[in-house]
Amino acid sequence: MDRTQLMLALSVTLFALGFVGVMVRRNALVLLMCMELMLNGVILSLVTFAGRSATLDGAVLVFLVFVVAAAEIAIAIPIVLLLARQRGTLDVTAYSELKG
Amino acid sequence: MSLENLLLYFFAAASLAGGVLMLVARHPMRVALALIGSMISLAGIYAILGVHVIAVFQVLIYVGAVMVFMVYVIMLLDVRDPSFLERYGRAVIPSVAIAALLAAGLGAAAGRGRIATAADLAQLRPGTPAASFGIQPFSAEFLGRYWLHFELTSVLLLAAVVAAIAIVRTGWRRDG
Repeated sequence: MDRTQLMLALSVTLFALGFVGVMVRRNALVLLMCMELMLNGVILSLVTFAGRSATLDGAVLVFLVFVVAAAEIAIAIPIVLLLARQRGTLDVTAYSELKG
Repeated sequence: MSLENLLLYFFAAASLAGGVLMLVARHPMRVALALIGSMISLAGIYAILGVHVIAVFQVLIYVGAVMVFMVYVIMLLDVRDPSFLERYGRAVIPSVAIAALLAAGLGAAAGRGRIATAADLAQLRPGTPAASFGIQPFSAEFLGRYWLHFELTSVLLLAAVVAAIAIVRTGWRRDG
């Protein structure tokens, strides 16, 4: 198997694993971590393509994605903490107000 | 098979194993440790692919900042939470089926077609020299051509800090 195809297959698999985690798990923090796994899969494909191009643009873009991920987690974790304090649980099945 | 390829397969298997462990582990701390292992394996893959800068950033930003933050929060929270004991919600089989379909579709799309090589890209855009991904060319490019983006990231981080403080203050007010 070609190296690029191996990396793409790995990236797709990581994304799918993270997706299953987001859909299936109940703990809000585990949900956040599974989202990080999905993002890591996407970044792997971006790095694979960046490594094949002859320019540094892709590498700079990956750095910007890292910064955005850090900012995302810095906002998501206080929200989860507030939810946990208000409801007394981290179980996402308990947050069902938006259900029709 | 060369040593480099062997290491590549090893790291790919390790990152996959971390991802599977994340789905199976019960306690969030174990999930966090599995994710850290997966991320470090990905950093190894990046190093083998020759993008050393990104490998360093992966360890520094993801493992060093994001995951340490996550581990702190897990330790802050109550371990007797029901979601710590019961792993899965209701729709397990449909979501696994959807994910398998998604993976199959994406994999088929990725497997089809030819991926352009660096030589093709150089032909596409003649005159641009092939860049190496060392620290020095990356820094020069980053602070030279992309200085505006670099400055914009600091604005983004400032906005994130302000937003986090605003969220926490809203919580205080509601609690009285």
